[in-house]
Amino acid sequence: MKKRKERIDRGIKVRSRDIFALCSWREMLYLAAPRLLPVVVCLALPLFLGVYWQKVLLSVAVFALLAISWDILAQTGMVSLGQALFFGIGAYFAGALNHYFGLSPFITIPAATILGGLVSTLLLLPVLRLRGIYFSMVTLIIPLMLVRVIEATKVFGGTEGLSGMTPLPSRWLELYLILGGLLLVLFGFRRMMNSDYGLVLKGINDNDRSVINAGINIYWFKIQALFIGGAIGAFAGAFMTHVYMFVGMPVFALDYSILPIAAAVVGGPGTLAGATFGAFLLVPLSEALRGFGGLRIVLYGVFLVVFIVALPEGMFHYIQRKYHQFERWVEVEND
Amino acid sequence: MTDAPILKVVDLSKLFGGVRALHRVNFSLNPGELMGVIGPNGSGKTTLVNLITRFVKPTSGTVFFKGKKISHLPPYKIVRLGIARTFQMVKPFYNLPAYKNMIIPLYSPRMKQLASGRYGDRDAVALDLLEEVGFERDAFVAYKVAGALPQGYLKRLELAKAIALDPDIFILDELFSGLSLAEVATIVPIIEKLRMAGKSIIMIEHRLKELFRIADRVIVMNFGEKIADGLAAEVMASEAVKSAYLGTEAD
Ligand SMILES: Nc1ncnc2c1ncn2[C@@H]1O[C@H](COP(=O)(O)OP(=O)(O)OP(=O)(O)O)[C@@H](O)[C@H]1O
Ligand SMILES: [Mg+2]
Repeated sequence: MKKRKERIDRGIKVRSRDIFALCSWREMLYLAAPRLLPVVVCLALPLFLGVYWQKVLLSVAVFALLAISWDILAQTGMVSLGQALFFGIGAYFAGALNHYFGLSPFITIPAATILGGLVSTLLLLPVLRLRGIYFSMVTLIIPLMLVRVIEATKVFGGTEGLSGMTPLPSRWLELYLILGGLLLVLFGFRRMMNSDYGLVLKGINDNDRSVINAGINIYWFKIQALFIGGAIGAFAGAFMTHVYMFVGMPVFALDYSILPIAAAVVGGPGTLAGATFGAFLLVPLSEALRGFGGLRIVLYGVFLVVFIVALPEGMFHYIQRKYHQFERWVEVEND
Repeated sequence: MTDAPILKVVDLSKLFGGVRALHRVNFSLNPGELMGVIGPNGSGKTTLVNLITRFVKPTSGTVFFKGKKISHLPPYKIVRLGIARTFQMVKPFYNLPAYKNMIIPLYSPRMKQLASGRYGDRDAVALDLLEEVGFERDAFVAYKVAGALPQGYLKRLELAKAIALDPDIFILDELFSGLSLAEVATIVPIIEKLRMAGKSIIMIEHRLKELFRIADRVIVMNFGEKIADGLAAEVMASEAVKSAYLGTEAD
């Protein structure tokens, strides 16, 4: 095996731009605050909410997961219009495992996450080579097709769906399970997207010929990204099966495809944190607008348009920029 | 030379719709040889590169690398075997620092196959390689985002990405175009160093003067066909080449 010499300080010096000399608590807090904020919000918020808003928070976490899944795929160059596919497949896997085999949610959820990721990947495998809008169209159509298949063949309870699922042991466990899952997914995959591996994924979106030209099989990397995105969505779906204690055709509804995209776009794509932020903004908003009845969708649409026109970069990028520009007053010495 | 050719192209053709972009091109490249490819605009030079690396599928014809047929393999496998190319149109990741642009080739499975030890600290290796192609370490050019770099540096980045793969054959598509004489003068020694290391090189060039100084041999393309093949001086003297180049040698 050939060997080469390498100066040890080289790597350190390269990265020294990311190493900070922290001189005060204030500076430490400045760096830690944006990372602590989501953790504190997720852990503390449930304690201050009533049962109804706790359900809303749960829904926020589910849509945040779907939005993160969308963002990972989009960063790899695959724009999905069918997050409902991942969600629905996960939901049905958990439902079937629980209904037919009586498995506990602590087995069905992890199993449905993995199996859901695998099956979503297999379903999209034939269209992996399609680019742009062609790939998107297929992701939009497959969940709609699956609904018709279930309807026609009456599998998994057909139009009635499967009910009587085992619920999770307690409301609190339910809430903290999904919020914990969200934090793990958010921080874990943000780290992944910032690693060399993530750079290859983003490279496929930016300039796939350049990545192929490095001897890298881009389809293999797209398959991996698809599995990751699919598994995250399937986890959210499997979880909801046990919350509703029911699984049926509505899991393939368009809501699960459209709202995550809106969340990622409003929040700011390409960061995962933006997608999460978007879900925290849009899901409660949609709840708050319930009082307007039929006008709800109209108001919601107006809000989306205003947002996207006013802040095309997304909320997260805007806040991040402002945060980096934070100033403080310092006393000017007089002599 | 007694060695078997490292690359052999047999009857390679490409039709784009009705356009005959390449027609029955044959040549072989010997190990360690630097072969120039010249010809007027649209004569099929880039198409030839795309067919060898199989970024574009040939209509007919075969390519052999070290005696084995490669023209049925997908492009990433051809790169892994040891053929690296640069693109005529550089396409770096504009919002990443130059050295981060090097991560993708350094992530290549070829690195592991070679067991070259180049997969330790990718950031560090990236900086070393960029220094080799003239990113002065002290000027911190390597840390600048690619979008802020002048064309000369982007071309060198493109070359560094190919060098990172440590291939046996380099195919450089118009590396010199758009560069000043001074910039070309800084890249020529890098290419000479690659030759010294025994690499085989194919250079597509419009800059004939610079090319003829370093090329062992030149082939000339016109309307998708090879019209001449030989030493630079011989080739330029031939009547076919003169008429093909009439009026196009202005740059
Ligand atoms: N993808 C394509 N589809 C259709 N025609 C193409 C395609 N690529 C190249 N051609 C045609 O094939 C011919 C050869 O093009 P090619 O790019 O190989 O020329 P070139 O010698 O590299 O020219 P230049 O010196 O301008 O780079 C041209 O007529 C071009 O229009
Ligand atoms: Mg060309």
